[in-house]
Amino acid sequence: MKMHDLELSVNGQSVSLRVEPRQTLADALRGTLGLTGTHLGCEHGVCGACTIIVDGEPARGCLMLAVQAQGAEVITVEGVSPPTGLSPIQQAMREHHGLQCGFCTPGMVVVLHHLLSTNPDPTDDDIREAISGQLCRCTGYQGIMAAARAVVARRRHEIRDN
Amino acid sequence: MKPAPFDYHAPETIQGALELLDRHGSDARVIAGGQSLVPMLALRLARPEVLVDLNRIPELAGIRDCGGTIRIGAMTRQAHALASPLLRDRLPLLGYGLYNVGHPPTRARGTIGGSVSHADPAAETPAVMLAYDARMVLAGKSGTRTVDVADFMLGTFETCIEEGEILTEIVVDVPPAEGTAFVELSRRKGDFAMASAAARMRLNEDGACASARLVIGAVAPVPLRFDAVTDALTGQVVTEGLLREAVSLIDLERFEFDNPDISLAYRRHIGPVLARRALMQAFERAGERRS
Repeated sequence: MKMHDLELSVNGQSVSLRVEPRQTLADALRGTLGLTGTHLGCEHGVCGACTIIVDGEPARGCLMLAVQAQGAEVITVEGVSPPTGLSPIQQAMREHHGLQCGFCTPGMVVVLHHLLSTNPDPTDDDIREAISGQLCRCTGYQGIMAAARAVVARRRHEIRDN
Repeated sequence: MKPAPFDYHAPETIQGALELLDRHGSDARVIAGGQSLVPMLALRLARPEVLVDLNRIPELAGIRDCGGTIRIGAMTRQAHALASPLLRDRLPLLGYGLYNVGHPPTRARGTIGGSVSHADPAAETPAVMLAYDARMVLAGKSGTRTVDVADFMLGTFETCIEEGEILTEIVVDVPPAEGTAFVELSRRKGDFAMASAAARMRLNEDGACASARLVIGAVAPVPLRFDAVTDALTGQVVTEGLLREAVSLIDLERFEFDNPDISLAYRRHIGPVLARRALMQAFERAGERRS
């Protein structure tokens, strides 16, 4: 099968990749680029652990072929985390028992990051809708909701105090 | 699991896609949003030799307001359609249906045309398109043809799209002011429907039902229209009691699906319940739009 050469941006950096058409974007990110924060659970679009941001929208990394990402801007969980320490979302997940086994965490962090960057003051329903495609096999949804609410509440305080 | 090997082409024009499909015949498969096809590739339920990707063809995406009709490009993303003020205002039933399709990350990639052409019996968009009497524009080597949605859907995962053809556009006539609703029962929001109901209703000046439409999905290989129910409503003042009587006219013999998870008996129980709720909601919304 013919290999394809790609140019894309991953977490703000230009990268070149040579891929087989059947390789998924999630596999290319993990295997070729070593960005193993993107987790692979079911590998057929159900669990959401591999969720990344492609051209500004959340997408399943296992349901996109790497070859389809030619020219795309991809952001992974590594791209929404500071170089050291934790982002406010990650910090809140830790404080509010939103982690448990941690396998679903990258996908949760990515969709919450996307929600908060597009909707500064989401309601509980907005948060539930945003994480509705993410499975937590520890069923730790209440802790994840609490973490998301805490980030939203902190933002409201900051807006009020400024 | 990983997909079996295949060759990949990403044409930039409809013509380019049609030439590739012509060249590769039954070895080729079209990929739109990939939210159903990629899982099928991963599970090796589909093993095409060649994938023709429609994502790089700009003319296939977008929503056009043509006055009396709206033309929805087949590659219009579900998320884009859901966010479209034009569709929310003119074809709100599509938004109510799409809200039940998957989740934000799958709707960001999934397309309207892909969903309709995949013809999953549990899918929402085919039921919505049947409720709107949409028309499907198919392009092939020898030109384009337009097919009524009722003739487009043939069965489970089966449409009238011939080898070498692609769905380019869906055309919907904009109805006069009306109320619409889409109600679905699934285990978890975004999961496949156990049954779904799409309803439209228009009221006349004295508040009685002037016309209505009822479609029930996920109970048979294609979505089903129940005109006996809506005929019974036409000309009448809608009440809960009247709706209860009307949905008893649903011909439950047309329901076919029976599986260990969701039995035929259960579908026959919830189908009329969902239909009544959808019609009631459509009636209430019709009243709001009129006043």
